[in-house]
Amino acid sequence: MSMEAAQQTFIAESRELLVNMEAALLTLEKTPHDTDAVNAVFRAAHTIKGSGGVFGFDALVEFTHVMENVLDDIRAGRVKVDADLIALLLACGDHVSLLLDCLSVKDSAAAFAAAQPESHELQAQLNCYLENEAAGLPQVHDDLAHDADVQRIGGGDTVESDAWHISVRFGHNVLRHGMDPLSFIRYLATLGEIQSIFTLFDGMPDAAAMDPESCYLGIEIDFVGAVDKATIEGAFEYVRDDSAIRILPPHSKVADYVNLINDLPEDKTMLGDLLMASGVLTRNELDEVLRLQQRLDEETNADNPDPLAHTQRIGDILINQGMVQSELVNAAIGKQDQIKQHKVLEASNIRVHAGKLDELINLVGELVIVSASVGLSAKRAGNIDLLEAASTLRRLVEEVRDSALNLRMVPIGETFNRFQRVVRDLGRELGKDVELVLSGIETELDKTMVEKINDPLMHLVRNALDHGIESPQQRAQSGKSPRGQLRLNAYHETGSIVIEVADDGGGLHRDKILARAIERGLATADQPLSDQDVYQFILEAGFSTAQTITNVSGRGIGMDVVKRNIEALRGTINIESEAGIGTTIVLRLPLTLAIIDGFLVGVGKSAYVVPLEMVFECIELSQQDRLRVRESGYINLRGEVLPLLRLRDVFETKGEPSKRENIVVVQYAGMQAGFVVDALMGEYQTVIKPLGKLFEKLSGISGSTILGTGEVALILDVPALVQKAVGSETSKDRPALEHRMLERR
Amino acid sequence: MTITLTEAGKDASKLAVNGALTIYEAASAKAALLEALTKTRELEIDLSGVDEIDSAGVQLLILLKREAVKAGKHMRLAQHSAASLEVLDRYQLASYFGDPVVLSPDA
Repeated sequence: MSMEAAQQTFIAESRELLVNMEAALLTLEKTPHDTDAVNAVFRAAHTIKGSGGVFGFDALVEFTHVMENVLDDIRAGRVKVDADLIALLLACGDHVSLLLDCLSVKDSAAAFAAAQPESHELQAQLNCYLENEAAGLPQVHDDLAHDADVQRIGGGDTVESDAWHISVRFGHNVLRHGMDPLSFIRYLATLGEIQSIFTLFDGMPDAAAMDPESCYLGIEIDFVGAVDKATIEGAFEYVRDDSAIRILPPHSKVADYVNLINDLPEDKTMLGDLLMASGVLTRNELDEVLRLQQRLDEETNADNPDPLAHTQRIGDILINQGMVQSELVNAAIGKQDQIKQHKVLEASNIRVHAGKLDELINLVGELVIVSASVGLSAKRAGNIDLLEAASTLRRLVEEVRDSALNLRMVPIGETFNRFQRVVRDLGRELGKDVELVLSGIETELDKTMVEKINDPLMHLVRNALDHGIESPQQRAQSGKSPRGQLRLNAYHETGSIVIEVADDGGGLHRDKILARAIERGLATADQPLSDQDVYQFILEAGFSTAQTITNVSGRGIGMDVVKRNIEALRGTINIESEAGIGTTIVLRLPLTLAIIDGFLVGVGKSAYVVPLEMVFECIELSQQDRLRVRESGYINLRGEVLPLLRLRDVFETKGEPSKRENIVVVQYAGMQAGFVVDALMGEYQTVIKPLGKLFEKLSGISGSTILGTGEVALILDVPALVQKAVGSETSKDRPALEHRMLERR
Repeated sequence: MTITLTEAGKDASKLAVNGALTIYEAASAKAALLEALTKTRELEIDLSGVDEIDSAGVQLLILLKREAVKAGKHMRLAQHSAASLEVLDRYQLASYFGDPVVLSPDA
């Protein structure tokens, strides 16, 4: 991997870490004592700093280092998590993201220089937290911070407990010299709080050999106090010469504990348990100890042929002695397994450049076309073997196509999750308490689509927060919970992905919108308009009914951008609203932009493709209906009104219609319409080729494809055509029809 | 320090320790306590009269408990005096001995 490529990977991974960090910070805001969340934030900052160092991005390293220090203090419980700190850390996350941006631009040195004032500003704020806490505990601190740095370079994880661990094995002559271990414990108790003591007497010989004047005792103490190592050492000064004393500062490396366990004379497993029972090692750290112990065991086993000697694990004895409940240990082991599985999961993902995937999809597209042409040639040749081979080829190509397209599918959850932050920040800015509820996050859609819906979604979310959801006071007045709710939902429906942005706010004011539309000349007062039509006006450029313009929205810019973006993706926007209950904006987008299953129909000499997922059924247009249809533009389909659209008329095809015409019934967004065509030509795999700029404004056509014969077929823009069919009915003063159409949803 | 056998029997004995149980008395106490244990299956030691105890004394009690368990016998501490309780607490040994602790009125 070249340095350039490695740097790209670094940036991509750092961005992922920042996303995780943001999520963890938001969790932390809700549950300030969530140690997992604190650790996740710390890991993110730590990893970015570490990798940044490898590439020599000093500005980044310097900044994340300060962050890391504060986070380390949070982990240790020295700094309290509050809303201000979370806000600051979120801002820091954004700044790290900015610094990463600096790496991607051409003149990164200048970009870094530009970002520097903000770096300093944030660092100064972070340092406030460090200084506050340094004032409380002066001496220990430098020492510890230094220790911690050394540990980090070593890469070991540190334990969470903020207790000193003191391990003493008193010399045999201590009592004879007139000193009593008790007095040390009593003295220590005056310096701080003794969390736990375990007294060990494994060194005591049998009754006959035991000298009552010798000391056989050992103690393991967990001690919390604002002291430095010298003070603790001082407490044991008189026995230092003939006793074995080990002092581990708070947040020592797990490995240090393992060393301690191995150094002490007593049974190793028992000691390990004791440390955990005393609370100095947590469940998480138990995992680490288990792992380290296993490694040590493997090393020792190499020169020890008896495997049984090492089979008992720390943790087993824990249960045997009843020191902790077995669930606790099981939970720890379960967690370890989870971590393992997670690792496996991680390893099964590979990072591929999106360009390579696009290339693959393009090739598959060509393959689909060629396979269609092979099938056609085989049919003409009439060779049975060839036909069979061609049909096998077609089936395989279909499978290849599906799996290739699948490669680009990603769950929408990631996109949705980003809005947690947006909702939080905006809610604060606007003084509204809003909860974001996500559902359907596992719904998949094309990667390129994800990138393109981000901006429209952002607009919609901001709008919903600003205009949709009322202030807590207003909500309370109308008898709603003061906490607003914004829902993002996604699901698949007939070849489309549907994304809903719903708020439980005041709803749209139909009359206000209509009045404004008439004022702007978008509608006339006597025009019969459905609610749906009225709501669509808010998507027009420069349309706003907001009385006050806020920072967030209300300038009437945005919704038209949303509309443009969604339409560029061949999608549609539906708005549902109920006064006092809320507004739901429904986006319908095609699942993929590359290849679809199509249904080929013929009109005159031309062929058209209807996306197969939207085809509901095909029926024959009977002779007696034919004439009537020309007049009325609808038929009675099993008691329902079905508006019809003669494609021959729509595309002004010349020549006589064939003797028998057919109706293709299509369904879109809950509405049905029939296309009258000359011939039904069956299913066809369609590789979508975009139309050139020249044809962009062409209505009714969404793209083109190449048939096996090399001819070009046009892909019908079903949503637009259905709208046209239903619309033409309404314009003939048939509001009842449209009403029925809407009702059917 | 005096150690008095208040109840003697093959099945159960009781003895009371009075005065100090420290390194100065440790040698004699060790002999007396172990001897009492060999003669019975259940030994209860009344600590109500112990007004001073140090690490050497604690060690002796630990030794006695260990020997009792080893021989399949029972050894109980009872009527802990304030002094003995404080020391057992310091060492957090109450669970090792596993005896119910009743606070005496002067504790």
